[in-house]
Amino acid sequence: MIGSYGALVLRAWHRPSGRAGVLALAVLSLAALLLPPALPDPAAMPDVLAGALPPSSESWFGTDHLNRDIFSRVMHGGRISLAIAGLAVLLSATLGALVGVVSAWVGGWVDVILMRLVDGALAIPRLFILLLLLVVWEQIPLGALILALGTTGWFATSRLVRAEVLRLREEDFVRAARGLGAGGWRTIVRHLLPNAAGPLLVAATLAVGDVILLEAGLAFLGLGVQPPTPSWGGMVLEARPLILSAPWTALFPGGAILATVLAVNLVGEALQAALDPRSA
Amino acid sequence: MTAWLVRRSLQAAVTFAVAVVFVFILVRLTPGDPLQRLTDDRPMSPEATAQLRARFGLDEPLAAQLGAFTSGLVRGDLGVSIEHYPERVTSLLARRLPATLLLGATVLLLNFTLGVWLGVLQARRRGTAIDRWLTRASLAGYAMPSFWLGIVLVAFLSLRWRLFPAAQMTDPLLPHDAGTLTRALDVLRHLALPALTLSITTIAVTMRHQRAALLSVLRLDFMRAAAARGFSERRVLWAHGWRLTLVPMLTLFGLWLPLLVSGSVFVETVFNWPGLGSLAAGAIAARDYPVLVGASVLVIGTVIASGALVDLSYRLADPRVRAT
Repeated sequence: MIGSYGALVLRAWHRPSGRAGVLALAVLSLAALLLPPALPDPAAMPDVLAGALPPSSESWFGTDHLNRDIFSRVMHGGRISLAIAGLAVLLSATLGALVGVVSAWVGGWVDVILMRLVDGALAIPRLFILLLLLVVWEQIPLGALILALGTTGWFATSRLVRAEVLRLREEDFVRAARGLGAGGWRTIVRHLLPNAAGPLLVAATLAVGDVILLEAGLAFLGLGVQPPTPSWGGMVLEARPLILSAPWTALFPGGAILATVLAVNLVGEALQAALDPRSA
Repeated sequence: MTAWLVRRSLQAAVTFAVAVVFVFILVRLTPGDPLQRLTDDRPMSPEATAQLRARFGLDEPLAAQLGAFTSGLVRGDLGVSIEHYPERVTSLLARRLPATLLLGATVLLLNFTLGVWLGVLQARRRGTAIDRWLTRASLAGYAMPSFWLGIVLVAFLSLRWRLFPAAQMTDPLLPHDAGTLTRALDVLRHLALPALTLSITTIAVTMRHQRAALLSVLRLDFMRAAAARGFSERRVLWAHGWRLTLVPMLTLFGLWLPLLVSGSVFVETVFNWPGLGSLAAGAIAARDYPVLVGASVLVIGTVIASGALVDLSYRLADPRVRAT
């Protein structure tokens, strides 16, 4: 099994767009992870009366309307964005796998009820679920935001995993394992999950991009990461009135979202193509 | 067929009921009182607060609130807006619906002409540089936050180069006796940027769907047979190949609707487009949760109904599905 994962990742790596995505994502996340301690305080306003200054050798991305360093704010915001997206997707992939396996394995009424509930949840666009969930909160804590994003992203994943398990359950090697006396739990963990992991990995990768966009959108609507903590969506919101006089205030945080989501999606696409070469 | 219709309608009704209960639970799940939040910078007497709570039914037990909510829903009553008190949520939604439908239909038209054509081009040139770069360009569009793209387009195309209006759906300075044509052109000019923004950020979905659908047809033997019979390349591609992708492309409507609805919240906010999306975004700032719940119920109904319609047209179009 491990060998075939290695092969999968290697095949994705051999696609030029996959390699570009992996490299870009590595650079972006390493920068967001390692640079912030060395950068100026993202909340510091060295010369508040000077306001927004264009990019220079001193501040690479310029400063915003409060004279705060945009490069530092983009890196600090990236750290939070990536952490939120990573944790939320981990949570939703786990929940999706769990519900999918239970639904397919137990079957019967449990399956019917779970899938009806998932149908209902899938009929509400995810953005609206989040708006309804977050609208009456006074101050949204970071943990609650991660929880909200994580618990609203698993519905489609559970369908995917359920379908995979239903397909695999009839395969000879699973029947063989059962015949040799493997228990239900062992069959699931050792045989079903590893074989369903490919599609799950692709879905989870693409989900990271979705969550980054959603989180930025929520911040733009005032429901995400709360100021003064820097966030990409919040920075675009603050830059909106300055778009003509100081375009760099909006271009850099928006560009950071675009670059990160594109990198993640390129990796996802390459994994998808490696998993199913006919689609390429 | 009748049996299938009954079963599918029942399924849609159950899904709708489940989703609506979810919506009701979601708003009550979080700590925080909507009225408290609205009045915390304007101290109110306890009597006034109690009066307000009673007006919005917040003083009843949760089960009773859910009962009142569902019985209202059955009668087509979604309650009263907090921000636009005492206007009813249903009349607010009805007033904002046409603008969103116009925007949505325009984006649909763009995606299903340009997106289909580009997807066909990609499938025909599979593996070439043009295929790869179109994929990358469409992925870049998909990775853009629509609110950011909207702001950037406004900055350059309307504020700097004055090509298109920056906001609203009509020009407030339009003379009152302007003809129908002038009015239509005015709306069209206002429509350009929001539609472009929403289309750039979603067209990737149409393109990749069309590309994959056509690729699986191009592999079939009868395509080679058609080419061998001497039909022109264009005729083989469109009349033989592309026609077969129409049925698989139907499923795209199901994918496309939630994407458009979410996107319109941001795009309508940036362009001040008087539709449902900007209504929902405005309701967030005002903590106007009845409007948000109403908009969600409308969206859910549309999503479920269009899903059922897609299934129905699938059955009508494809005899193999009908047989099952």
